[in-house]
Amino acid sequence: MFAYYFSLAVRSLKRNVVLTVLMIVAIGVGIGASMTTLTVFRAMGSDPIPGKSAELFAVQIDNWGPDSSGSTNGKQDRLQNQLSYRDAMNLMQAHPAKAQSAMYASSLALTPANPDLQAFRVHVRAPYTDFFAMFEVPFLYGAPWSSADDAAHAEVVVLTRALNDKLFSGANSVGKSITLDGHDYRVVGVMNDWEPIPKFYDLNDEKFSKGADIYVPFTRAVERHMAIEGNLNCKDNSESGWEGRLRSECVWVQFWAELPTAAAAADYRRFLQNYAAQQQASGRFHWPPRTSIKNVREWLAYEDVVSDEFRILVLVSFSFLFVCLLNAMGLMLAKTMGRARDIGVRRALGADRSAIFAQCLIESGVIGLAGAVVGLLLTGLGLLGLRTMLSRDIANLTHLDVIDVVIVIVLAVSTTLLAGLYPTWRATHIQPAWQLKAQ
Amino acid sequence: MLKMTHLSKAYRTEVVETYALRDFSIHVRPGEFVAVTGPSGSGKTTFLTIAGLLEEFTGGEYQLDGADVRGLNDNQRSRLRNEKIGFIFQAFNLIPDLNVFDNVDVPLRYRGFNGAERRRRIQKSLERVGLSARSKHYPAELSGGQQQRVAIARALAGEPRLLLADEPTGNLDTQMARGVMELLEELHRDGATIVMVTHDPELAIRAQREVHIVDGQVVDLVAQPRLVRSGSQAQI
Repeated sequence: MFAYYFSLAVRSLKRNVVLTVLMIVAIGVGIGASMTTLTVFRAMGSDPIPGKSAELFAVQIDNWGPDSSGSTNGKQDRLQNQLSYRDAMNLMQAHPAKAQSAMYASSLALTPANPDLQAFRVHVRAPYTDFFAMFEVPFLYGAPWSSADDAAHAEVVVLTRALNDKLFSGANSVGKSITLDGHDYRVVGVMNDWEPIPKFYDLNDEKFSKGADIYVPFTRAVERHMAIEGNLNCKDNSESGWEGRLRSECVWVQFWAELPTAAAAADYRRFLQNYAAQQQASGRFHWPPRTSIKNVREWLAYEDVVSDEFRILVLVSFSFLFVCLLNAMGLMLAKTMGRARDIGVRRALGADRSAIFAQCLIESGVIGLAGAVVGLLLTGLGLLGLRTMLSRDIANLTHLDVIDVVIVIVLAVSTTLLAGLYPTWRATHIQPAWQLKAQ
Repeated sequence: MLKMTHLSKAYRTEVVETYALRDFSIHVRPGEFVAVTGPSGSGKTTFLTIAGLLEEFTGGEYQLDGADVRGLNDNQRSRLRNEKIGFIFQAFNLIPDLNVFDNVDVPLRYRGFNGAERRRRIQKSLERVGLSARSKHYPAELSGGQQQRVAIARALAGEPRLLLADEPTGNLDTQMARGVMELLEELHRDGATIVMVTHDPELAIRAQREVHIVDGQVVDLVAQPRLVRSGSQAQI
């Protein structure tokens, strides 16, 4: 009977084109508005490293004190979201986690070997070798540099696939040299595509932007005084010069640790507290130890990757969907009541209530499907519109994937079925005798 | 075939109770052609909707084809209606966005017949009313008389035990009405049991007998053997 009801639904919708179009547009507009915001919301709040996000922890240590008036990102716990170089190095040397990496962002001038290409600036990330394994970075050619390279401050680099394509036309460049700020670096590896969104490991600048073009050992970057491109926050006037910055309490180093088990995380928490207590005992910290580790999901929430304003926008857009569905429900009710006679005839000819219910519900489903198509188109247009209005990094999120399309269809059909329940219920309770007597 | 005994139908509001039928008894035997007449508001259509299981009654008994219909739930009534009753309405009540074939198909769909059986019955019914050539036409493309013939074909397709006709010629001109009436008489001659509600004495006189209703009660049962053209027996 499904095919029969489906064909009846299509005929019924063709019967009153204006009403049908109004219903479909009402649903499509609501779906378009809500899905436009939901698509961006989903991308913003998605797990950037599924399967491992519970094992990777951002590390925080209060090296400014609870009464500090410096930048603490507006958080209640008043912890900085980065570490000082001093603390980062102490943690790296203690090496208590399965894997850990201090890192910071920089930029350098790259002079291509190809004389046809001009020098250009590249975004640089300076981590330790554990960064690549810890964050499951895939490699196209070669491999990360080694711990020995970290220790030796080696002049080695890992390129992104895009940069390798640009410099070496996609060929295996492992072993070749590139020149950064006048210094030669040997390519040890070329990453395959890897762009976790949001860029959870460093949320200081654009949270949804692309990562670095090139990776250089942290130790080498520090030795070369590679400029800090990310956030640099200082409690008070710090010592001048690079060495002074390294000795200061300024925070500019992101620090991540891999702690695969709850026990490992608990151990690390204790380790951090002990470390802060030692700093207090040594006279560096004048306050009780305050430290924290947060896994990726906790970190994204802590850093307000999805702002409250955007959450409200999603709420408003879904409220709008609700209003659209109420409109659609009213139109469906009008349509149902408009063909009460037909329903009465069908009942007289032997249709029971469940048959009328199925017929009307399938008609709602067909309207929902058509609304989904309109909703998809409007979502696409909405995302294009958002691209022009939002910052560049968020604009990167404005695309529809298969899951979004599925969500649109499921949302449109399910909400339309929901909106169609009352008109359907009314249809099943049409008294055939009254309809036929009323002629 | 259809037996109502002391049947009543009351419509109640908070302040008033109105009887559409009161102490209403009628017995229609298989193969009979009965005309139900009466003035407007006398309860003719209420009788027909109760007889067609479209409405429940308040008191009394109603047996359809030997089965007591009191207490049947909606699904059981729908099934019984679909299997045993064919409706012919004054306003034809064809579904406008279905063509003739699909209109006749409607009760068969609810009966659960397979495609081949439905096609066979539809073709047979349309041939019976002389509209095989119009099966792809939509109701709006047919004359009133043709539409009523389609409605009769729809009523016949399920091979019901009882045909209930509510002013079947009320919306037709004289010539078309004559054609429809002749078709009903033909069906009766072939053995159909027909109950026809009408306010037209000329039509009523063509039935085997006439049941007259006034104020929801049968006031007279008159044998009407005079214009019955078939050899079937009038039952009074």
